[in-house]
Amino acid sequence: MDSALIPEGARRCPFPVFATGIAVVGAVLLWGVYAMGLCWLKGLNQTNMNDYYGFALWIWADLAVIAIGGGAFFTGLLKYVFGIDELKNIINLAVVIGFICYSSALLILAIDIGQPLRGWFIFWHANVHSMLTEVAFCLSLYFAVLTIEFIPLVLENRQIDKVPFFHNLSHNMHGIMAVFAATGAFLSCFHQGSLGGVAGVLYGRPFAYREGLLVWPWTFFLFTWSAAAYGPCFTLMVTKMFEGITRKKLVKDNVVHLLAKISGWMITTYIIAKIIDTIYWAGVTAPDMGFSLMDFYSGNAFYGIWILFTEIVICGIVPAVILTVKKYRENKKLLLVAICLGVVGVCLNRWVMVLQVMAVPVMSFDTWALYLPSWQEIATTILPVAYGVILISLAYRYLPVFPQEQELYDTNK
Amino acid sequence: MTQDNHGKAHKFGMVIDLDKCTGCGSCMVACMSENNVPFKEDETNKKDSLTWMTVFKLSNEKNFPETDICYMPRPCMHCGGKGDHGHSPCVSVCPATATDYGYDTGIVSQIYTRCFGCRYCMGACPYHARYFNWWDPKWPDGMEEYLSPDVSPRMRGVVEKCSFCYHRYQEARDRAYYEERRDTIEEGEYQTACTQACPAGAITFGDLHNPEHEVYKLVKPDPHQCGKPRNPKAFRLLERLQTNPKVYYISEREWVRKAGDNYRKGEWGQQKKSDGDKGHK
Repeated sequence: MDSALIPEGARRCPFPVFATGIAVVGAVLLWGVYAMGLCWLKGLNQTNMNDYYGFALWIWADLAVIAIGGGAFFTGLLKYVFGIDELKNIINLAVVIGFICYSSALLILAIDIGQPLRGWFIFWHANVHSMLTEVAFCLSLYFAVLTIEFIPLVLENRQIDKVPFFHNLSHNMHGIMAVFAATGAFLSCFHQGSLGGVAGVLYGRPFAYREGLLVWPWTFFLFTWSAAAYGPCFTLMVTKMFEGITRKKLVKDNVVHLLAKISGWMITTYIIAKIIDTIYWAGVTAPDMGFSLMDFYSGNAFYGIWILFTEIVICGIVPAVILTVKKYRENKKLLLVAICLGVVGVCLNRWVMVLQVMAVPVMSFDTWALYLPSWQEIATTILPVAYGVILISLAYRYLPVFPQEQELYDTNK
Repeated sequence: MTQDNHGKAHKFGMVIDLDKCTGCGSCMVACMSENNVPFKEDETNKKDSLTWMTVFKLSNEKNFPETDICYMPRPCMHCGGKGDHGHSPCVSVCPATATDYGYDTGIVSQIYTRCFGCRYCMGACPYHARYFNWWDPKWPDGMEEYLSPDVSPRMRGVVEKCSFCYHRYQEARDRAYYEERRDTIEEGEYQTACTQACPAGAITFGDLHNPEHEVYKLVKPDPHQCGKPRNPKAFRLLERLQTNPKVYYISEREWVRKAGDNYRKGEWGQQKKSDGDKGHK
């Protein structure tokens, strides 16, 4: 039915099967859109946020999708700036994921603010001292860059490519893509970093506050580093999910192992920096403010020291070891474990830097603030996931996302 | 006008004697009435109520007969921020410059029509002094007639907080100009609603830069330490975070002063010693 749109030679499931899948996910999407509408029309009283919990579930989702979408800028940087050519076979997927993650983040922010129609004030009345201002500028600009990076892939659709103008446009855009990749890497570095800075500059919140370099707290650098380290894990995770669902090999092992190795070394260096940061914070920064480490991890029903252990050891050191040792990363099961742990680890870090920051009491007579999200918050948080699934499915079906697909099919036939 | 708090500009602040406060809540009621603060039909969930002035109840957590409680009124602290340069925790983070530090008064303002409700300032404030309008403000029929024309009501989706009744300062300043006194405002001419409402006289308000004012005499702020009180019985909430608030508390009770900040094991003894020393200076 839609075979004229499918890349030449590519094998896809029958259209009714595809349409049914999209309809199911579409229903979830509509549920999210309904919740989003409620938040816009009735206000943020639809959530379970309160004056203690001004930032909540979907701000975590915002930070998490940005972090795991970091594979786009880092893979782009490696391919176009550092010239690691093998990565051309996975860069399209990284760009699609990045586009989905960044557009989701923008959508979440539009729902999160109390007066959405005034969203543009952040640009018009910009306070240059605010990390959130830096976030807004970098997020918007990098989303524009990602759109530019995504366009050539869309133009490669079989029917669009037949139009000479689009064919030439796509070709020429590829030619100058290094400029956009470098710009994107610069913008995304600052965006990831400023998201870390959002928490790190809060000197009224000893759990979040970090010293740093010039105007940037250490969390600025840690966020950028962790996104570059763990982002490729998510790119690989999506690749593996696609291969599992389609029961086809889509990317050659050497490409997967190369990206896994780079990710492994990035995680190793990141986790060393994270451990040093944690030791300095627990030993110097927090005590100067009157807190000991365990003040942040006791006296409540949820946030125990397990969360720090899980983040650093289980989701940091373990994937770092697996991905850096050749024997382990070439073991399919261990590789899968490592990339899943990596994705969980970076999401957990973002959770801690948003939700635990709000939960920890600061005044000596204050209590821990725990909260459960409302269904509207959950639906609105799932909305970008459903949107992402639909967009990436459409991209896979109609665009040449995996350049090695045909070659691998012919080899395995 | 200078770009810090060390010049001739005003530095309005508040001193609350916790040993006098009975926890009656008059300050809260007066504040809500004066500033058109809306309320919900059901106020059981205090974490989304708008209370610019909140009274915390503190306990020494000891059994009878040693049990003791303290009521702690908490307005916005109007922090001077690190180094008292006006980079308050909330002002420095607001992305749209919707909250600003007045270098001529030391008051942290909130521009409701510019705030777009990101709530970053709320996350930055360790005192929970900032409140979000989760609902549209609604008053019972006829009550709109009682709203103050000097204070604009706020709309859903923006943050609000105590302004040290800034409209009263504007009124006093206007009167002074009209009477050709320039910026000379007498102590009694600018007082906050909570100060005037407190039946126990626990709240004192004035200019911390003016040695003639009662607030100055009560706490003796040290200009070389960003206004840290030299009175050993006085303290500021979370002094160690270097937020440099302009609200001071006084108590004869040691446990109350200790509750004003966080101390690790053994640190309070050292703090007491240093407080004792400063009393002799």
